[in-house]
Amino acid sequence: MISKPHVDWFAISPSLSMLGAAAALMMIAVFWPKASRRAASATVCGAGFVAAFVFAILVADKTPNGAAIIADSIFRDRWAATAQIIVAACGLVAVLVAYSEPMREENIAEYYVLLAAAGAGMAFFVQAANLMTLFLGLEWFSIALYVMCAIDIDLVGSLEAGLKYLVIGAVGSATLLFGSALVYGATGELSFDKIAAAGHANDSLLVVGLAMMLAGFAFKASAAPFHMWTPDAYQGAPTPVTAFMASATKVAALVVMLRVLLTAFPQEEHLWTWAVAAIAIASLAVGNIAALAQRNVKRLLAYSSVSHAGFMLIAVATANPTGARALMYYLIPYCAMSLGAFGVIAARERELGTPVTLENLSGFGWERPALGVSMWVFMLGFLGFPLTGGFWGKIYVFSAAYDRGWWWLIVIGVVFTIVSASYYLAVVRSMFLRESAELQLAPAGGSPPREWLLSKGVALCVIVTVGSFFFVQPLVDVASSAANALPF
Amino acid sequence: MNDWLTTILIFLPMVGALLVWLLPLPRHMVGSLATLIALVEVGLWIAAIERFDFSSGSLQLSQQTSWFSEINSSYHVGLFAFSLWLVGLTVVCGAAACIYAWWVGRERPRAYFGLLLFLTGSVVGVFAAQDLLLFYAFFEAMLIPLYVLIGVWGGAGRLRATITFVVYTVAGSLLMLAAIIVFGLQQNTFDLTQMGTSTNDWLFLGFAIAFAVKAPLWPFHGWLPDAYRESPAEVSGLLSGVVSKVAAYGFIRIAITKFPEPVKDFRALILTLAAIGLVYGSLLAFRSPDIRGVVAYSSLAQMGLITFGIFAVNDLGLDGAVLQIVNHGLLSMTMFLLAGMVERRTATGELSLLGGMARGRPALATILMTVGVMALAVPLSSNFAGEFLILAGIFQQGWGWAVVGAVAIVLAAMYMLRLISAVLHRDVGPAVSDAALDLRTGELAVVVPLVAVLLVLSAWPDAISGHSFEQGAGSTTYTTRMPGP
Repeated sequence: MISKPHVDWFAISPSLSMLGAAAALMMIAVFWPKASRRAASATVCGAGFVAAFVFAILVADKTPNGAAIIADSIFRDRWAATAQIIVAACGLVAVLVAYSEPMREENIAEYYVLLAAAGAGMAFFVQAANLMTLFLGLEWFSIALYVMCAIDIDLVGSLEAGLKYLVIGAVGSATLLFGSALVYGATGELSFDKIAAAGHANDSLLVVGLAMMLAGFAFKASAAPFHMWTPDAYQGAPTPVTAFMASATKVAALVVMLRVLLTAFPQEEHLWTWAVAAIAIASLAVGNIAALAQRNVKRLLAYSSVSHAGFMLIAVATANPTGARALMYYLIPYCAMSLGAFGVIAARERELGTPVTLENLSGFGWERPALGVSMWVFMLGFLGFPLTGGFWGKIYVFSAAYDRGWWWLIVIGVVFTIVSASYYLAVVRSMFLRESAELQLAPAGGSPPREWLLSKGVALCVIVTVGSFFFVQPLVDVASSAANALPF
Repeated sequence: MNDWLTTILIFLPMVGALLVWLLPLPRHMVGSLATLIALVEVGLWIAAIERFDFSSGSLQLSQQTSWFSEINSSYHVGLFAFSLWLVGLTVVCGAAACIYAWWVGRERPRAYFGLLLFLTGSVVGVFAAQDLLLFYAFFEAMLIPLYVLIGVWGGAGRLRATITFVVYTVAGSLLMLAAIIVFGLQQNTFDLTQMGTSTNDWLFLGFAIAFAVKAPLWPFHGWLPDAYRESPAEVSGLLSGVVSKVAAYGFIRIAITKFPEPVKDFRALILTLAAIGLVYGSLLAFRSPDIRGVVAYSSLAQMGLITFGIFAVNDLGLDGAVLQIVNHGLLSMTMFLLAGMVERRTATGELSLLGGMARGRPALATILMTVGVMALAVPLSSNFAGEFLILAGIFQQGWGWAVVGAVAIVLAAMYMLRLISAVLHRDVGPAVSDAALDLRTGELAVVVPLVAVLLVLSAWPDAISGHSFEQGAGSTTYTTRMPGP
C-alpha cells in the first residue's frame, strides 16, 4: 500500500489551469469546426493564462511563509508564485502576438496546446523542490518548446531551428540530469534543503554535479558559452514562439537557478558565485560583441537576450537578497521588452513576407508610428535608458554587485552597455532615420494587416516597460516579498 | 503652487509634447500649439522668479516624493538661484526654437515639435533635479529627442553626425552612471542635498568625463563639428546654447561641491584642457570655411572660458561663469538662428560664397552686427562683464591662465569680425541673389527678443552675476556659498 501524500491543489492551481487549457485545446483541435478554430483555440489558451495569472496572484497573496508541500516535492512560496505571474503574463501576450501569425489551419490548435503546456511546465518548474520535479518540469516545458519551434513547416528554417534546439537542448537537459545524479550520489538526498543539510561540502562528486547542473541551467537561460543554439533557434522559429521563448524561458531558468543554488548549495557559495560571475561576463561579452555584426533583427535580439542573461546572472552571482530582488524586478521589464520587440518584428514580417533585417526596417517608424515608437521604447529599455524599467533593472543589478563588493562587475556591465548602444540604436536608426524609399523590397501586397490583437499586446508591453520605471517601488516590494522566501 | 512650480516647469513641456504627438490636429495648428506651450513655459519661469528669494542661497521651490525608497532615491526637484537662471536660458531658447521652427515650417511637424518640447522639458529637469538618479534620468532623456532631431531633420551628413554624437555622449554618460551608482551606494542616498563629499578620484573622473564630453572640452569635442553643422539651425542653437550648459551645471552642482579634494588635484589638468580648447577653438573658428563652423568652434572656445570660471572655484569666477553661461547660451542660439536664416536665403553657409548681404538688408545687417559685436565681448556688453569676471577669478589661481583667456578674447574679435565681414560686407557673393529678402517679420519675432534680452543683460549684468549664489557676509571661500550638503 503506497501512502498518498496530501495534495494542496490550490498551490498547483496556476500550473493546473494552463494544463486544463491545454487539454481543452486538444479536444478543440479534433472536434471544433475549422472555420472558427483559430479564434476558439486562442480564446481558450488566453483564458488558461489569465486563470493561471489570477491563481498565481492568489497563491502569492495567501502564502506569506513558504513551505515545501506534497511530500516535499514542490515549493509553495512567493518566489515561485511571482515567477508564475510573470510566466502567465508572458503567455497571454504571446497569444496576442501569435493570433494573426499565418500558420496552417490544421495545426493552429496544436500550437496553442503546446503554448499552454509549455506555460504549465514552466509554472511547475519554478516550484520544483527536489531533483526529480526539477528535471520533470524542465523536460515538460522543453519538449513543448522543441515542437513549437518546428511547428510551422511552411516556414524556411523552422524545422532546422526545432532540430537544433532539440539536439542542443537535449544535451543541456542530459547535463543537468547527470549533474543531478552526481549530487544525489554524493548526498543520497533529492530535496534541495536536504542536500544542503547533508553537509558534504567540498565533496568533489558534489562539486562536479553542481558544475554540471550550472551548465544545464545556463543552456536554458542561453548564457554564454552555452548559448550556441540561441541565435539559430530564435531566428528560425516562428516569431511568436521566439517571443515566448525569449521571455518566459528566461524567467523559469534564472529563477530556478538562483533558488537551487541558494537552497541546495549554500556551502559551495564561494565556488558558484565566481562560476556564475564568469558565465555572466562571458555572456555579456559574447552577446554584445556578436550582436554588433548582425543584420537580421531576430538574430540581433537573440544575441541581445544572451547579453541580458549576462546582466541577470550578475544578480544571481551576488547571492545576496538585493540580487534576488534585482533579478525578479529585472525580469518584469525584460519580459515586456522582449515580447514587445518580437511582436513588432512579427508585424513587420507579416507585412513584408520576408525575414526582417535592419535594411528592411527602413521607414517602418514613419509608416506605422505606434509600432515604431513602441520598438524604440523597447530598444531604449534594453539599453537601460531612463523612462523604461530597463534603467532601474540595470541599476538594481549593479547595486547588488556593489553590495557584494564587486564594483568591477559594475564597470564590466557598463562597458558592455556602451557597446550595446551601437546595435540597439542601429534598429532605431533603421526605423526612423532612413526613408522607406531606400528599401529595395516591395511589401507583400495590399495595406498591412491591421492586427488589432498584436498591437494591443505590444501596447501592453509598452505600458509595463514604461510603468515599471515610474512605479519601481511597488514592483520592488513585490520582488522583495518574493525574495524573502529564499534562504539567505 | 510654490511646491508644484518646479514640477510644472519640468512636465509642462513633456505633457505638451504628448499632446502634440497624440492630438489629431491639422498640420498648421501643431506649430502654434507648441509655441503656445513654450511661451506659457516662459511665463511660468517668470512666475518662479517672482516667488524666488534671491537673498538666500538655499534650495527653493522644492518638492520631494518617495520614488525608489529601496535604494534611497526619490523624486526631489528644486531650484537654486543659479539653476533658476539656467532654467530661464532653457525656456527662452526653447521658445525661440519653437517659433523659428514654426516659421520655417519643418516637415513632419507633430514629431518635430513634440521632440523640441520634450527636449526643453528634460533640460529643465536636469537643472532642477536634486537626486542623482533623477539627474541622470533627465540627462539621458535629453539624448533621445536630440538623436532623432539631428538624425531625421539634419543635413546630408546627418547619419554620421548622429552616430558620432551618440557614441561620445553615451560612452560619457554611462561612465557617469557607474560613478553615480557607486557614489550613491557609498553615501547610502542619492539625494544631492544630503550626500556628503567624496575624495575618490575615480568617481570624480566618471562625472568629469561625462561633463567634458557634453560641454565639450578639448579633446572630447570630436562630435561637435558634425553635430553643429548637420542639425537644423534651431537644434544646433539648442545644442550649443542649452545642452552644452548642462555640463557647466554639472561641474558646478556635482563636481565642485561633492569632490573638493579631487578638484584640487585635477584643477591644473582641467584648466589646461580648457585653455587648449579656448585657444584651439578660437583658431579653428578663425579658419573655418562656413558660418556654422565659426559659431561651433567659438562654442568650444567659450565652454573653455566658462570652465575657467568654474574651476577658478572662487566668487568672481563662479559668478562670471553663470553670467557667461547665460550670455553664451543666448548668443549662440541667436547666431545659429541667424546662420539658418542666411542659409535659407543662399542655400549655403560657405563664407567664400557669401558677402555683401548688408546692402538692402538693414535688419539682417543690424542684428548680425549687434550680436557679433556682443559675442566678441566689446566693453559694455554682457559678454564683456562675464569674461571680465571670469578672468578676474582665474587670475587669483595664477596669472598665466588669465593671459591665455585674454589672448582668446583677442582671437574672438578676429573670428567674429571675419564672420561679419564675410557675410555682410565685401563684394556680393556668388550665392547671394538680389531676390534674397531681408529678415521677415516671423524671423524678427524670434531674434529681436533674444537680442533685447542680451541688451538688458548688458545694462544690468548684476541681475545674474549678483543673484546667482548667496551673498555671504564677506565670505570668500566658495564652499560657504555653494549649495552644500
